[in-house]
Amino acid sequence: MASPLQQFEIKTLTPLFEIGGTPIGITNSALAMIAAVGVVSLFLGLGMRRAALVPGRWQSMVELSYEFIANMLRENVGSEGRRYFPFVFSLFMFVLFGNLLGMIPYSFTFTSHLAVTFVMAAVVFVAVTIIGFAHHGLHYFRMLFPHGAPLWTAVILVPIELVSYLSRPISLSVRLFANMTVGHVMLKVLAGFVVALGLIGGWLPLAALVGITALELLIAVLQAYIFTILSCIYLNDAIHMH
Amino acid sequence: MSEHQPPGSSDFDARLRAAREAQAELSGKKAEARGDRQSSEKIGIGMRIALELVAGVIVGTAIGLGLDYWLGTKPWLMIVFFVVGSAAGFMNVIRTAKAYDRRMAEQKAAEAARRQNEG
Repeated sequence: MASPLQQFEIKTLTPLFEIGGTPIGITNSALAMIAAVGVVSLFLGLGMRRAALVPGRWQSMVELSYEFIANMLRENVGSEGRRYFPFVFSLFMFVLFGNLLGMIPYSFTFTSHLAVTFVMAAVVFVAVTIIGFAHHGLHYFRMLFPHGAPLWTAVILVPIELVSYLSRPISLSVRLFANMTVGHVMLKVLAGFVVALGLIGGWLPLAALVGITALELLIAVLQAYIFTILSCIYLNDAIHMH
Repeated sequence: MSEHQPPGSSDFDARLRAAREAQAELSGKKAEARGDRQSSEKIGIGMRIALELVAGVIVGTAIGLGLDYWLGTKPWLMIVFFVVGSAAGFMNVIRTAKAYDRRMAEQKAAEAARRQNEG
């Protein structure tokens, strides 16, 4: 039986060039990301090809995903959030399709790599911090000190708030990465049981596998939702400051 | 049928009752769907809270280790920032839970207001 972690191995498919001794090339992870971007573009582009007033099935799927994120931004950030809609929508679709395409057998789940999820979380974190400073100037440092607390508590509260603020990209990225990795390892291990137990006892893990696959589909959507809504909440904190 | 009622009104009453029942059934189904969505939201909340705590501790300890390495004060800053990180983790958890509480209360208030308007 193959190792359940083998599915996360990065393989270089076509080496392109080297930067300072580090080979750069298209890996299976990069290919999966390109595929996700391609599928999202096809889904949105072809869905809106005939933008009808009364939408068909495909067009209403596209409109539903648009309205879902537009409502999320309106509820969590307010009208100021509309400017950031393109970024938040791209983020949601990229993570969602990355998770969902990873559920196809023999494909690669790029969201199961901390390097990928951490870069996305870091972009959100840096962008939110810049937006905060752009909106409030140096007043944004008030984020680190709660209103109404006595001044002498700043010695304790400011480091705590600072660590709390810095922990955002960690929790954002580790959550997505851990959920996807654990789910795929679990599927692989259960699938291994099916093969090992054969025709006689393999039916029980196979039944469990069907259930877990459904659960994984739920988690794929749920994690994309959580990643996006937390980005919205951080954005709201930066614009409105509590 | 009494004389001041126009003909066919009992037929109308029956149809009205049937339509109302159908409507009630439909909104009942909608309420059920809302319940489903809430239960999947709860899975999300649970996952968030567990990680919020760990992330604070990890970041605090990492900052402490980094400062120790930089200033050569092993292991004191690591210990201090471990405590600070734990406090930050707990604060994250409390904040997430409070925000969730507020959202739930708002939802309940909205539901109650809607029911009062209907009833």
